[in-house]
Amino acid sequence: MLHVRNLHAGVDGQEILRGVNLDVELGSVHAIMGPNGSGKSTLASVLAGRDGYEVTAGSVTYATQDLLEMDPEIRARNGIFLAFQYPVEIPGVTMMYFMREAVNAVYRHRGQEELSAGDFLRLARAKIGPLGISPDMLKRAVNAGFSGGEKKRSEIFQMSMLEPTLSILDETDSGLDIDALKVVSRGVNSLRSPARSFLVITHYQRLLNYIVPDHVHVLSQGRIVRSGDRSLALELEKHGYGWIEERAAERVALGA
Amino acid sequence: MSSAVDHLEGLTSQDYKYGFVTEIDQETLPPGLTEDTVRFISAKKAEPDWLLEWRLKAFRHWRGMDEPTWPNVKYPPIDYQAISYYAAPKSADDRPKSLDEVDPELLATYEKLGIPLEERAALAGVAVDAVFDSVSVATTFREKLAEAGVIFMSISEAVREHPGLVRQYLGSVVPPSDNFFAALNSAVFSDGSFVFIPKGVTCPMELSTYFRINAMNTGQFERTLIVAEEASHVSYLEGCTAPMRDENQLHAAVVELVALDDARIKYSTVQNWYPGDKDGNGGIYNFVTKRGACRGRNSKISWTQVETGSAITWKYPSCILLGDNSVGEFYSVAVTNNHQQADTGTKMIHVGRNTTSTIVSKGISAGVSNNSYRGLVKILPKAEGARNFSQCDSMLMGDRCGAHTFPYLEVRNKSAQVEHEATTSKIGEDQIFYLNQRGIETEDAVSMIVNGFCKEVFRELPMEFAVEAQKLLGVSLEGSVG
Repeated sequence: MLHVRNLHAGVDGQEILRGVNLDVELGSVHAIMGPNGSGKSTLASVLAGRDGYEVTAGSVTYATQDLLEMDPEIRARNGIFLAFQYPVEIPGVTMMYFMREAVNAVYRHRGQEELSAGDFLRLARAKIGPLGISPDMLKRAVNAGFSGGEKKRSEIFQMSMLEPTLSILDETDSGLDIDALKVVSRGVNSLRSPARSFLVITHYQRLLNYIVPDHVHVLSQGRIVRSGDRSLALELEKHGYGWIEERAAERVALGA
Repeated sequence: MSSAVDHLEGLTSQDYKYGFVTEIDQETLPPGLTEDTVRFISAKKAEPDWLLEWRLKAFRHWRGMDEPTWPNVKYPPIDYQAISYYAAPKSADDRPKSLDEVDPELLATYEKLGIPLEERAALAGVAVDAVFDSVSVATTFREKLAEAGVIFMSISEAVREHPGLVRQYLGSVVPPSDNFFAALNSAVFSDGSFVFIPKGVTCPMELSTYFRINAMNTGQFERTLIVAEEASHVSYLEGCTAPMRDENQLHAAVVELVALDDARIKYSTVQNWYPGDKDGNGGIYNFVTKRGACRGRNSKISWTQVETGSAITWKYPSCILLGDNSVGEFYSVAVTNNHQQADTGTKMIHVGRNTTSTIVSKGISAGVSNNSYRGLVKILPKAEGARNFSQCDSMLMGDRCGAHTFPYLEVRNKSAQVEHEATTSKIGEDQIFYLNQRGIETEDAVSMIVNGFCKEVFRELPMEFAVEAQKLLGVSLEGSVG
């Protein structure tokens, strides 16, 4: 469903992604791991279409369409969701209003009828409960004054409202305590289905104990240097990223 | 009809050697301002002598005054002798005959604002009186108001029908000599509104200038006077939208409010005068004096304004808190885009004991515009226990615009409590991207962020006005991001 080919991208003329290749099939969960500065968040930003990231080479195909040609809101309406590492505050705009606009933008795009205020509220209440968030959050301004944990739960709530095809979770585990981590993971797992895929970006393997991936990729210096199954993450935890980077360097030296 | 137009054209293309001509079409005066101009206007309105004298006194005072130079705005010098002072009311012959003759860009704006078709025509200055069923509307609401004892009419009518009331209150809050533009207005004001709410009456409906303006073009020097007697309540709405013209137009209005014991006046403005084009050509110079006097105990005056129009705005709706326990409020959203300049704010003058005032100002600048908040909080020695809270927030869109805050504080009573908070933020690319990522278009995202920023002010507006204001903001800021 998502095919990334030889993707080169950067910011301010500095190349960060140096030829990423990645295939994500429908219904699968892929974890992207890697040390700080390896390009994990850049990959998420490029896929979501954030301004300021320049793609210098390569291609990204999403459901047979050229993803890089689409504006960010069109990507979103076509089912790409980014759970932000740092969700921004929008003072004075209630979660309720914001989410209703978002859901209806997606519904309109799909040719579905927009939700009435009542139907929206019923849906929102049903989705918010299992995440351990009080429905009062809907009356608060978007992310304003939210604790770190609340922000991350709110991202997962938004994801469950929008029912995306491809969810990109950008370090959703950072700053979460173990209880919040479990709640967030439960939220993600409840959305897993043969019709949805996930790209879970994380620094730590801990999250993958709760969101068990089908595939694990290691990103280092802008390239995926190693791919495997879940055991790769466990190995990484044991040996650290240095181990992978050394192995990768060895292979380059051997001309492999 | 065409002969009338030809006649006018013939006259206006002449060189006026004598400055003042009386034998012209009665609707128009040639440019220039002398005592004769003032006399002409007063005579046209068949005004009583006291009012003519009042105007002349204002005019003589004005001649000796200088235009204020302290506002943080720039514009070429205005030649006051080049302005026609009785030209504002356009004759029906000269107006567009149908919507087809109106600038399509203006119509598109109205459409975006969701203004009903009939109203769009009225706003664009189309001669619609025959089509628009304003007579019946006007009659119904007039009857309803009369039953309650409320007087709501043009100030010219009020001068004839309620001369005692007008004479008692006119200029009592904004004296003719108050400032350059107020003096000019006092000399030449064309028309305006008069509202009187008798003792103990709660006005049965929101009063709106839209109702009245359909019947009469009030021009650019209007004067509004609202008097609320003891324990009366009134909410007044003022909507301003002007057609596009290439030349700059001067708009110098005066609004006076008087609240007696326990009276409440809520004055809401949505101002969308033509701001000029993208290169800064044309647009209204909006130099307005608005002031309310809380004369009675426990009285309250609340100003809410949403200002998106005008090339230049110079306006400081103020409250003089004379009565003990009286309350003054100022809620403002001022938006500037392209080459617009705004220097706006308020004055809260605490005279009585335990008087309180609240100032919430939201300035939004985009394009190469300049937006200044200027506010004075003055606590006089006898204002025991006075309190003020001020909050001034500025939002910048892009990096070529300016936001400034000039808060002035004068506290002469030690028991007073004064708080001032100010923030400046830049509309974030990351906020817009966040909303984009949820499927929301950039234009809608900007409008959502800006409306959120202005929420504290919008919630003070009457419902329909709040909706209009939100749409207006979207239109004003169109294309300013992305």
